[in-house]
Amino acid sequence: MKSFFKRLKNDKVGLVGCIGILLVVILGILAPSIAPYKPEQMFTEHIMEGPSGKFIFGTDEFGRDIFSRIVYGAKVSLQVGVIAVGIGSIGGLVFGLIAGYFQGVVDQVIMRVMDVLFAFPDILLALTIVAVLGPSLTNTMIAIGIVFMPVFTRIVRGSVISVKENEYITNAVAIGVSPFAIIFRHITPNIMAPFIVQITLGLSGAILTEAALSFLGLGVQPPNPSWGVMLNASRTYMEFAPWTILFPAGAIVFTIFCFNLFGDSLRDILDPQLK
Amino acid sequence: MFTYIVRRLLMLIPVLFGVSIFIFFVMRVVPGDVAQTILGTDATPAALAQLRENFGLNLPLYQQYLNWIGGVLTGDFGESMRTGKAILPDILTRFKLTFELTLIAAVISWIISIPLGIIAATKRNSKTDFGLRIVSLLGVSVPNFALATVIILVLSLYFSYSPPVGYVGFFENPIKNLEIIIIPAIVLGTSMAGAVMRMTRSSILEILRQDFIRTIRAKGAKEKVVIFQHALKNAMIPILTIIGLQIGTLLGGTVIIEQIFSLPGLGQLVLTAITQRDFMVVQGSVLFIAFIFVMINLLVDLLYSYLDPRISYK
Repeated sequence: MKSFFKRLKNDKVGLVGCIGILLVVILGILAPSIAPYKPEQMFTEHIMEGPSGKFIFGTDEFGRDIFSRIVYGAKVSLQVGVIAVGIGSIGGLVFGLIAGYFQGVVDQVIMRVMDVLFAFPDILLALTIVAVLGPSLTNTMIAIGIVFMPVFTRIVRGSVISVKENEYITNAVAIGVSPFAIIFRHITPNIMAPFIVQITLGLSGAILTEAALSFLGLGVQPPNPSWGVMLNASRTYMEFAPWTILFPAGAIVFTIFCFNLFGDSLRDILDPQLK
Repeated sequence: MFTYIVRRLLMLIPVLFGVSIFIFFVMRVVPGDVAQTILGTDATPAALAQLRENFGLNLPLYQQYLNWIGGVLTGDFGESMRTGKAILPDILTRFKLTFELTLIAAVISWIISIPLGIIAATKRNSKTDFGLRIVSLLGVSVPNFALATVIILVLSLYFSYSPPVGYVGFFENPIKNLEIIIIPAIVLGTSMAGAVMRMTRSSILEILRQDFIRTIRAKGAKEKVVIFQHALKNAMIPILTIIGLQIGTLLGGTVIIEQIFSLPGLGQLVLTAITQRDFMVVQGSVLFIAFIFVMINLLVDLLYSYLDPRISYK
């Protein structure tokens, strides 16, 4: 762990990404203290005003403060990222461990189901699931979680199959250690590197997918302050009030960019060949 | 090779059946009465009964599925629950646009990403390399819907130009066709370019470290020959893999891009059908897109052996 932080400290690009993510996390967690106004508070005498001292990012078509909505939007994005990736990664971990360890028929069944889910472009699968469940924040998180599950399953399964060949696992089997203990005590800790990297990439992917679904009107529903919702709503007025679109777009790009910077560095740091 | 292709095609059959079962049953677990959703709350009981009768919604689920899949296998995807129009001809007409958009976007992304990836690799750790890496990471980080909206905004504010809506076939009017397609294709292509550029850079760097490159250089070959004749060809496998994966992203991306630019493609068809809850259209078009997606992946696999003769398929 110490060497991990030391390597991260030396990796300037990764550090920038990490600081950026921390900033978004702080914004999200402390949104009620940081945002000057409530996200749904309307200032009817200040409709579509440009950035000023009172409203640093300007106001939208209902006179709501864009900065406050972006700060609260960070909370929504992080919530979606963490819960959706949580669903996808835990599901993927369980299915991947079972498929990789037991192989045979169980493996075939799990992987064929994953193949089916893989046969859809991500956004299309998410759209279809949301269509069934109905558009809402919770359903968006469930849909994205399901979409991400096959990637995690494949990564975990592949790593398990390779780790399983090690002698210490063969020895554990020979001395009668239960499969449950082998999987959780000996295999899981050894497959964590690619899994963690995928979690970082998954977080940015989930935030992006949520923004896309909300942009299409099938994710988080107004008046919830999702960045995708804000971007979609401002399309009608963007020619008269460009700030309504530039700030939410900037928030999405900044967050994804930081996650990608950090994910890239994490991949290098956790890759044993590069140590 | 032929046997391999046949085997791979046979392996696709269970996957596509899985997709059809998944999409069919997912559409059937939608809460509420489908007929009521389509006809609205004011619909008379007789109209509701008629719609259920027309689309076989009274039948047991397995029978509904067998009727639908039987039709699909004979080229009949059924009719839209909203318009009553046959689905397959509509899918095929709209697919022309989506296919053209995806193809041009892919070509644009290759034109941008492969040369820049090569430059970044050959100038490793220089300022150019650093700048290009940041650009590629930005490319990966900018969502296509955000880029599309900002481009429309810039074109409108500074050039008083709005991208045309609708669609005209390439052979009907090539200039008009390109005018319609080019901006959406650039937006879509840029989102793919970042990933391909990053892969090009890293796989060329990997190849340049290998012994055979040192031997070629030792023989006095020019750097151009080393890069283009030897390194690039050997680096193409991972590049092609990422291209194959990105084609899926592009196909998915068309759903959003077609919506933003009001292009009547397959993506827009799916999205409209989803919002209108026209399940017959959703399941037909999603199955069609999944079919195209798995076929592209197969094609990419087959291209591997062309690029790297060491990969043989038995």
